[in-house]
Amino acid sequence: MAKSVLIDLTRCIGCRGCQAACKQWNERKARETVVFGEYTNPPALSSDCYTRINFIEQKSNGAPVWSFVKDQCMHCKEPACASACPVGALFRTEAGPVAYDFDKCIGCRYCMVACPFHIPKYEWESPLPWVQKCTFCSERIKDDLLPACIKTCPTGTMFFGETKEVEAEAKKRVAAAPDRYVNHIYGLEEAGGTAWIYLSDVPFEKLGFAMNVPKVALPDLTWASLSKVPASVAGFVAALSAIAYFRNRGSKEEQS
Amino acid sequence: MTNETKNPSLFSGGTILLLVLMAIGGAVTIYRLANGLGAATNLSDEYPWGLWVSVDVLIGVALAAGGFGIAAAVYVFNMKKYKPVAKPAILTAFLGYLMVIVGLVIDIGKPASFWHPLVMWQSHSVMFEVVWCITLYTTVLGLEFAPDLLDKIGMGGLAKILRQKIIVYPLVIAGITLSYLHQSSLGAFFLITPHKLHGLWYTPLLPQLFYLSAIAVGLAMVSFESILSSRVFDRGYDTDILKGLAKGTWITLVIYLVVRIVDLLVQGKVGLVFSGGTASLLFLLEVVGGVILPIFLLATKAGENVSSILWAQVLVIAGVVLNRFNVNFLTQTGQGGSYFPSFMEIAITLGIVALGVFLYRAAVVYLPIFSHAEE
Repeated sequence: MAKSVLIDLTRCIGCRGCQAACKQWNERKARETVVFGEYTNPPALSSDCYTRINFIEQKSNGAPVWSFVKDQCMHCKEPACASACPVGALFRTEAGPVAYDFDKCIGCRYCMVACPFHIPKYEWESPLPWVQKCTFCSERIKDDLLPACIKTCPTGTMFFGETKEVEAEAKKRVAAAPDRYVNHIYGLEEAGGTAWIYLSDVPFEKLGFAMNVPKVALPDLTWASLSKVPASVAGFVAALSAIAYFRNRGSKEEQS
Repeated sequence: MTNETKNPSLFSGGTILLLVLMAIGGAVTIYRLANGLGAATNLSDEYPWGLWVSVDVLIGVALAAGGFGIAAAVYVFNMKKYKPVAKPAILTAFLGYLMVIVGLVIDIGKPASFWHPLVMWQSHSVMFEVVWCITLYTTVLGLEFAPDLLDKIGMGGLAKILRQKIIVYPLVIAGITLSYLHQSSLGAFFLITPHKLHGLWYTPLLPQLFYLSAIAVGLAMVSFESILSSRVFDRGYDTDILKGLAKGTWITLVIYLVVRIVDLLVQGKVGLVFSGGTASLLFLLEVVGGVILPIFLLATKAGENVSSILWAQVLVIAGVVLNRFNVNFLTQTGQGGSYFPSFMEIAITLGIVALGVFLYRAAVVYLPIFSHAEE
């Protein structure tokens, strides 16, 4: 039974408790704060930072309005990273999390190129580097514990449960308060559907969400080409053999 | 063609430069292996694929495509006229692929795990398919090249077996098939990034375009190499062969251009070509300079003389090199940041190229690569 999470951005107060809890539970190193003119900290996800709150300031009638957007792996139902990985080091588990096996990984970084949400990060400084990203706290889920970020959130911004239940809850909330929410559940269709989905009161394009992510399962795009391999092999071998046979009737030994 | 081939010695001024580049590349490789990618490269989370993926893999594989093109002409289509360039083309391909493997192993984060895809199968991954094809095709090229080496080291019996038609033809057919698979799959890498790669390059036909351009550039490289070696070995030009190769390049380029333009029309993306900006400039440079201009050069009367063939083929090579850079880097612009290769990345790439050229020179000096016509 796959789990999902609904992030209701209208409920987030930007306390960054999730950020700290994630870092603690996953034992990620702290990095020195970089001042770059925004409240968001750190400036980007990294191999040491699986989630962060993006602080977005907008003006409404001259007054500043803040949105707080939690970033983390979306845990696609059909992950591009997993289909890109040549050794199956990234894979979707039955419980929902897209997990990673360092022992298999060769470090080709195709997952980073393939991910539609720019999520996998690399331990560039290590001679034996890992790909790092949000794990959906798969170990905690296994033990019936909430993911660390959800456990620590003081406002109930995140709603955790079975995928069906979570998606129904999202639709229910939009239907109950159509004035409050934009009519778009981000992640329901993006990249063929993600386990983590979002509700917002501000249009998603104003919050830095990638709006051009195709609404198809991305692995299907490469599979369209790869699935033709057996037919191509058969076709090439048959055609080349036939041509070679008819064009080369003669000597037994190749002259060098 | 003339039979007068004089083999130069292995060592010359040029070879010393190669050895210096190899030594620097080797030293930097040790540093990279000991300290990781971050210490040696300018790669980042924004630009995970840089110079090595572009040059050592995408471009290296494309430029080595002459091996299967010429093998198809000589063995499958029985066009014996190209026999003199078959050996050099197969040698270039073999060494080219060996260098691709060296580059790939240095580029991956865990070089010691390079063998994993051969054991841990994930058949939905294009990378998995490419690794398998490159491994198998390098083996095929090795077996095609082996007889001359075996003769040299006194194993003529084994060489004779490998020269049997019953061995050569299956190898050649396997090589052409494997080449189709992975040359096109290098384009299929980017099928999964429809919203990342710029619209002028993204198309469901990326695999077919990569394959066509590989054929064109493979033949261009064989021409280039043939002209160059004629000069080095002080032989006459094989004008008949050069004209034939030029015709092959020309036909492939015309098909490529038609597919590319029709595809843009069908996708309704022609407007992007004239939208100004870096991407449309790069597109125009690539398509006008690397495709349309060579088509004109090879089609006119000028296409009869060696120097205009040489220029046209050099443009084709430059165009495909630019195309591979464009596809790789324009997929990765979405997160800001910037990338320019570090000194160490450049040093390793130069070292690998130098190693390939050095081995080529050694093979040409010690083995009968250019001596077909004497028999």
